[in-house]
Amino acid sequence: MADSIKKATRDSYGEALVALAEEFPELVVLDADLSHATKTIGFSKAYPDRFFNCGIAEGNMMCVAAGLAAAGKTVFASTFAMFAAGRAFEQVRNSIGYPHLNVKIGATHAGISVGEDGASHQCCEDIALMRTIPGMTIINPADDAEAKKAIRAALEMKGPVYMRFGRLALPVVTDPDADFVIGKATELAAGTDVTLIATGLLVGEALKAAEMLKADGISARVLNMATIKPLDDAAVLKAAAETGCIVTAEEHTVIGGLGGAVAECVCAGRPVPVLRVGVEDIFGRSGPAAELLPLYGLCAENIAGKAKMAVGMKG
Amino acid sequence: MDPAKKQQLAVHAANIRVGIIDAVYAARSGHPGGSLSIADLLAYLYFHEMKVDPANPGDPGRDRLVLSKGHAAPGIYSALAERGYFPKEELLKLRHTGGMLQGHPDMKGTPGVDMSTGSLGQGVSAAVGMALAGKIDANKNSVAGSDSCRVFAILGDGELQEGQVWEAAMFAAAKKLDNLCVIVDNNGLQIDGPIDKVNSPYPIPEKWAAFGFNTIVIDAHDFDQYEAAFDAAKACKDKPTAIIQLSTKGKGVSFMENQASWHGAAPNKEQYEQAMAELSAALRELEG
Repeated sequence: MADSIKKATRDSYGEALVALAEEFPELVVLDADLSHATKTIGFSKAYPDRFFNCGIAEGNMMCVAAGLAAAGKTVFASTFAMFAAGRAFEQVRNSIGYPHLNVKIGATHAGISVGEDGASHQCCEDIALMRTIPGMTIINPADDAEAKKAIRAALEMKGPVYMRFGRLALPVVTDPDADFVIGKATELAAGTDVTLIATGLLVGEALKAAEMLKADGISARVLNMATIKPLDDAAVLKAAAETGCIVTAEEHTVIGGLGGAVAECVCAGRPVPVLRVGVEDIFGRSGPAAELLPLYGLCAENIAGKAKMAVGMKG
Repeated sequence: MDPAKKQQLAVHAANIRVGIIDAVYAARSGHPGGSLSIADLLAYLYFHEMKVDPANPGDPGRDRLVLSKGHAAPGIYSALAERGYFPKEELLKLRHTGGMLQGHPDMKGTPGVDMSTGSLGQGVSAAVGMALAGKIDANKNSVAGSDSCRVFAILGDGELQEGQVWEAAMFAAAKKLDNLCVIVDNNGLQIDGPIDKVNSPYPIPEKWAAFGFNTIVIDAHDFDQYEAAFDAAKACKDKPTAIIQLSTKGKGVSFMENQASWHGAAPNKEQYEQAMAELSAALRELEG
């Protein structure tokens, strides 16, 4: 967990594309004038015949990706989460999701931690939007190690995948030697009183929250839910059964994302209290990520507080 | 064009029109007007221009057709059935629960459909992606004479109001996709009326030319003009081609011709019988 290896998952994305290019010769990468920010720039230089800049036209890019995939290519289409899931939602739904084409969407700059660019670019709705598309896989890696394994896993499977990458440099919190399996949660800390189910940026915060709770005599299990769809229902229901309450944590609106998915699963399968940490149905604002995250409650303190509430709600 | 070939194509086009009316009548809904206006185009593409094999609809090296104006699904379904991709009886199950033929084209469910379309403006972008894939493959196997597959996209004239069409056009020209040919079905009518009254996309050829396309205007119901236009498209290097075909919406069924109201309506029994009588008479005349 040394700070010296902090890396943003968008950098992991850029590096993984280059590293995997030879192994996946049908891989083609598209970008929409953001290759310096999404980090596809490295791939564009190393493989100029397999990189195409679509310019500032995300709707077209998603459908070009669909056409490439329909003709046998494996495509990574890259832009900010706001434009991938937001602006181009219907293109993704109709031209990629409905025909279930082999397009991977590399969505960077997701969430509040975009920071200074402000609310117009802080996409906190993408997971909710993508979850509604039948057959869409959604992966939100927690750190560099997990991101690289997840990108390989996405390339190895057929079908559409929405991958969410962040701008903020993060320490590695997952086990670098663990296998990455799409649709499987990983337990990062054992516990019996409450389960903290976190994804992406908030996995590290959930681990910190578990430490804080230990001081209060609360034993918290921590699950890293890198795949939000298909959700690891078995791990969620096991957590509900064994710890009796759940707190979810995500850098995303509390509506329809990881929290929504877990609540839906728990309500149907094993009703227990589920409290959600996320952006509370408000827009973000400009500021350094380090200041914004606690301001919007995306921090260990808030997760620990919600965990105590959840424990108190148990019957 | 050779008169025998031309007569053959005219028979295919007439059969495609019969299939369109049969399908829409059986479905009690659907879009006959814009299907009939592209029947001659579909006959030309499927029976003369495109390198396709109904026995092997997934052949990776095939030419591709994207019906960007996906509501003209009865047209492409009837053409695919005429070409032998599936039995014509399927046409009578258009839009039926449990039928194969969806209201708008579904590439996963229908052999010969190269792209799922229906949301306007998207199909042309997908066609651009397919043309790009063809170029990538042609470059990779860059032995002399290796040609990339060709991709055709059929757009409506009302569809040109979708901004994405122009995003796709800009990209296709910038990437020099000369294996792409878009055909704009300029029948002049959209759901709410004449296109220039709703929100004019005119002048159409000038717009495509300005976006860097080799631009050709033809009569949509003349096979000689198709031959000249598609030959010119094939010969044109480093530029995609846009063929603007001036067509008659509802072509071939007198009471549907040039009527916006037949954009998305099915005939009743009496209208069906009249349409079939007209189309049968045309066929008899063609077949002598």
